[in-house]
Amino acid sequence: MSDILLTIDGKEVRAKEGTSVLGAARSAGILIPTLCHHEKLDPYGGCRLCTVEVESRGRINYVASCLYPVERNLLVRTRSEKVDRIRKVILELLLAHAPDSPQLMALAEEYGAKAERFDKESSFCILCGLCVRYCAEVKKKHAIAFVDQGPKREINFIPEIASKECWNCKECFPLCPTSYLQAAYLLTEALAFPRHAFTSASGK
Amino acid sequence: MTRIHSATELEEVRKGIVSKKDPNKPCVAICGGTGCLGGRESLIHAFEEEVKKQSLEGKVDVRVTGCHGFCAQGPNIVIYPEEICYVKVRPEDASEIFSQTLIGKKVVDRLVYTDPNTGKKAVHQSEIPYYKKQTRNLLGANPKIDPRSIDDYLAIGGYSSLAKALLQMTPKQVLEEVKKANLRGRGGGGFPAGLKWETARNARAELKYVICNGHEGEPGAYMDRAIFQGNPHLIIEGLIIGGYAVGAQQGFIYTRHDMPRLRENIDLALKRSEEYGFVGKNILESGFDFQIEVHLDVGIFVSGEASALMRSIEGKAPEPRPKYTRTAVKGIWDRPSNLNNVETWANVPQIIDKGADWYAGIGTERSKGTKMISLSGNIVNTGVVEVPFGTSLKEIVYDIGGGIPKGKKLKAVHFGAAMGGTLPAELIDTPLDFDVLAKLGAAIGAGGLFVMDEDTSMVSMSKFFLDFLANESCGKCVPCREGIRQMLRIFTRMSEGKGKEGDIETLEELCEVGSLASLCALGKTTSSPIRSALRFFRNEYEASIKSAEPTAERSSAANQEG
Repeated sequence: MSDILLTIDGKEVRAKEGTSVLGAARSAGILIPTLCHHEKLDPYGGCRLCTVEVESRGRINYVASCLYPVERNLLVRTRSEKVDRIRKVILELLLAHAPDSPQLMALAEEYGAKAERFDKESSFCILCGLCVRYCAEVKKKHAIAFVDQGPKREINFIPEIASKECWNCKECFPLCPTSYLQAAYLLTEALAFPRHAFTSASGK
Repeated sequence: MTRIHSATELEEVRKGIVSKKDPNKPCVAICGGTGCLGGRESLIHAFEEEVKKQSLEGKVDVRVTGCHGFCAQGPNIVIYPEEICYVKVRPEDASEIFSQTLIGKKVVDRLVYTDPNTGKKAVHQSEIPYYKKQTRNLLGANPKIDPRSIDDYLAIGGYSSLAKALLQMTPKQVLEEVKKANLRGRGGGGFPAGLKWETARNARAELKYVICNGHEGEPGAYMDRAIFQGNPHLIIEGLIIGGYAVGAQQGFIYTRHDMPRLRENIDLALKRSEEYGFVGKNILESGFDFQIEVHLDVGIFVSGEASALMRSIEGKAPEPRPKYTRTAVKGIWDRPSNLNNVETWANVPQIIDKGADWYAGIGTERSKGTKMISLSGNIVNTGVVEVPFGTSLKEIVYDIGGGIPKGKKLKAVHFGAAMGGTLPAELIDTPLDFDVLAKLGAAIGAGGLFVMDEDTSMVSMSKFFLDFLANESCGKCVPCREGIRQMLRIFTRMSEGKGKEGDIETLEELCEVGSLASLCALGKTTSSPIRSALRFFRNEYEASIKSAEPTAERSSAANQEG
């Protein structure tokens, strides 16, 4: 694997072939915001917040930096008018779900996103998939999954698996950028396997 | 059935089949397309019963064929050898057709097509204006063959292109011929097929794949089904030739689970072509091995997106992957995978047979050959049409399509359904051309042409398309999932007369972000109909916001569609 030389925000950066633009930027101390990215997980490309502007052979494109592999002589701009607007709108779309998420609020301030731009949505999950993918890729349990598609997509614990696996794990809880995951778990527990809840309440 | 070992043997078998066919034997060719029969067998039974009743077994053939194309006038039948066309045929017409036409050799006047504009009757396909202006290089064979009979396909010259490619040409020569013909992908992008083949061919890997994308899912697009169900061997032949050129020994056909008849025809065609030895080991003793496997979707539109389709073939959920590495280099199981649409593959045999120069002589400078178009919406002649590139939209809508019903005025035409674009009536002289239409924001897409009359509301149309997309987006990435949610909300409000100031600006911003930042082609183009409506019908959006009147629940064009 040979080193590839590219330019990120005017800075020359060296990276191994196969590295993502996001990885190359981070190793050079250049910050690109992410929501669905996690070091232990395969890149996902779902939140699109890490979108950057890349220029290659005179052609400009907008790509998800977590997935885009470094190329020789690639010009990357991590901030531009368009990139900032993309991030602002993505944040506004997500703030409609989770206006109180500290992570989203901090990013909203940086990009001038208004939480009230769109009407409040009933679900506060932003479907970053960190919990789903952590459970599948790291724990290999698949206790939580996406169900349905498009705007109807949601996360659901699979009661048969969750009732056996989750009680002693809950490693996904701190990954959630909103507080939806815990609520979803508690709801599943209350509806599908309430044994733990009752036994702990009665002190047995 | 015996295995065919050489080009000479193929020609002998062909001669044998042709010599057994009596060209003067009367035949009733019943269109078995979805528009005509829709799975109902009663018309077929009526004719079969009549054969028995009249004791004409062996003297008259009843042939159930693929789609003839003239869906508006269905059920369609053609009586051979005179090639008499009857339209809107009902089971109770069978006995009259037998006694009058098949035995009496007379035309049944009331079943003949009458031009609603001129009142003129037309007995033969060549006289019916709908067919007259078409160039049916692909569809033309549909009424002439039984899609379940490989012998019918061989009788019209089938698999001779395969023999020519495998035995007289090197893979490189086949590739060069397709490149020279400038065959462009019919699935939506219009990307040169030859260049894609070359990428897959040059990719270094032991195993490569060629795939036929038969996942036709756009509302109002049904031309792929017409050709695939009606002439499955044509596509299979194209796919094998493609596999040879690319260096793939495995082909996949990916199609829909909800078209049982199509599946039946494909399965049977594959079985027969294997028996003859066109698929399998050492095809025609050329040393080339090729297998084909059929895969069915799981019932979601985005399965037709290239990377989602390949994931589906791998046995995973059909979620699109970002295509920063082309699938022609890294596709199914990360192996070079060349994907083309049904119609693209259907074009390959004729290019090999008649040559790139012949092919490039049809069409415009950069769009070659013919294009199948499915006409729907507010148009008199709904159906599947095939015209050379360069034909004006006006000819398609008026000369072939017969214009707008009920004497209404044309408002717009729309290509590419939920991911396409709209052109106002003023641009009706635009030629059918990949690049010209793309520049106008109404890329051909797969070839569904949706006609809208003066009563159509653009707000309702936008809402209609978004309703469709809301059900079909996979929901993985934010700009697509949340963008559709919010845009649908805005159009729902607008159509209820509750539009707000700033809605258009919000739409513009959501369109921009969706098209730049979405993960796959579906997400990137969900905004296309809205962008083109903003370009040509902005005042209508504006008027809808100012007005408190609800627009009609759905436009009449959308209603007709479904």
